[in-house]
Amino acid sequence: MTKIPLQFRHNGRNVAIFVDGGTNLLVALRELIGDMTPKFGCGQGGCGTCSVLVDGELHLSCLTLAETVAGRSVETLDGMKQGPNLHPLQRAFADNFAAQCGYCTPGMLMAAKALLDRNPAPSRTDVIEAISGNICRCTGYEPIINAILAAAGGRASA
Amino acid sequence: MAVTVKTFASASDAAGALSSDRSARYLGGGTLVMRALNEGDVSISTVVRTQDQALTRIDASGPRVTLGAGVTFARVLADRELAFLHAPARSIGGPAVRNMGTVGGNLFAPNPYGDFTVALLALDATVAVAGGFGSRDIPIEEFLQGRERQAGTLVLSVSCTRPASSEAFRYRKIARIKPKGGSVITLAAHLPVSGGRVAGARIALGSMAPTQIRARAAERALEGRSLDAATIAAAASAATEGTLPSDNALGSAWYRREIVGVHLRRLLSGQE
Repeated sequence: MTKIPLQFRHNGRNVAIFVDGGTNLLVALRELIGDMTPKFGCGQGGCGTCSVLVDGELHLSCLTLAETVAGRSVETLDGMKQGPNLHPLQRAFADNFAAQCGYCTPGMLMAAKALLDRNPAPSRTDVIEAISGNICRCTGYEPIINAILAAAGGRASA
Repeated sequence: MAVTVKTFASASDAAGALSSDRSARYLGGGTLVMRALNEGDVSISTVVRTQDQALTRIDASGPRVTLGAGVTFARVLADRELAFLHAPARSIGGPAVRNMGTVGGNLFAPNPYGDFTVALLALDATVAVAGGFGSRDIPIEEFLQGRERQAGTLVLSVSCTRPASSEAFRYRKIARIKPKGGSVITLAAHLPVSGGRVAGARIALGSMAPTQIRARAAERALEGRSLDAATIAAAASAATEGTLPSDNALGSAWYRREIVGVHLRRLLSGQE
């Protein structure tokens, strides 16, 4: 089986890899690029922990055929921190105890970023809707919702 | 297992490749085909895709609305002209699934999915497909009845007539989790009214049979009548006729038969 050459932007950096036919973006990111931040959860589109941004839009990397991102921009959690500093969303997650086992956290943060990039002042309902495709089995969601609202403007108690 | 991916510039070339290879599947948004590949579905050895812009076109300016098969639910939700389709589009997945999943793919989504198709069935949509011998239009009901045989056809677009008013088209999805989740049952009703009486009612049900089906007995109970309590009760009591629900993790066949009349009554009486 011939490998397919694939180039795209990964967290602002150009990358070039060779993928097998049918390889999904999650496998390409983790096994070929070495970005371990997107996680494999269900492989079915049900859990959201593999969420990444493709051209700024929230996508499930496990259901994305890798070669469909050719020439496009892919953002993962690995690109979220700014140098040594955590992104405000990451800081808010830490401050609000929004991560427990941590497995859903990469997807939650990307879903939250997709929301705040488009809507910097979301309502609680907007936040709930934005993370509705992401499953967390530890926190009961409330700390996550509060963290996202806090990152959006200190409304954690809203 | 690695598969061969074939990408075509035009939809007609993709349709040709699809119809000539029984182990080929068309890749739209990926939420069905990539899932099958992730699960190790060895019946798929070729994935066909196209970058044809025609498949992502929305024509919603007139009374007849056409959605390219590759239009995502996020795009449906972003289009004010498509307000009548916002409830079914919003009921699907989370934001990521709505950014990926397409109108055309939803026609193939098995239970407990395929909610958008329930709406399209109630709206008497037409499905434009391209086979090996050119394109043709198929009524959605006929398309769904033969869905098992449609894997080799490429859906180009779906079209339907815009309902006359927001009252004339109603949609309701019952799920265990809000705001997302697989369907326990899904209902859609198109209720054109002429002179105070229902004329040409279409009621569609999801998760009440192997594919989305019409509730014909309930439609007959409404036909030519005003939507009063007695008519609605008659339609609700006929809701299970012709249905063949099955058990799954979200609900049993028995439960689905028990609730379908209740939710049809609420839908028809405009209750939340």
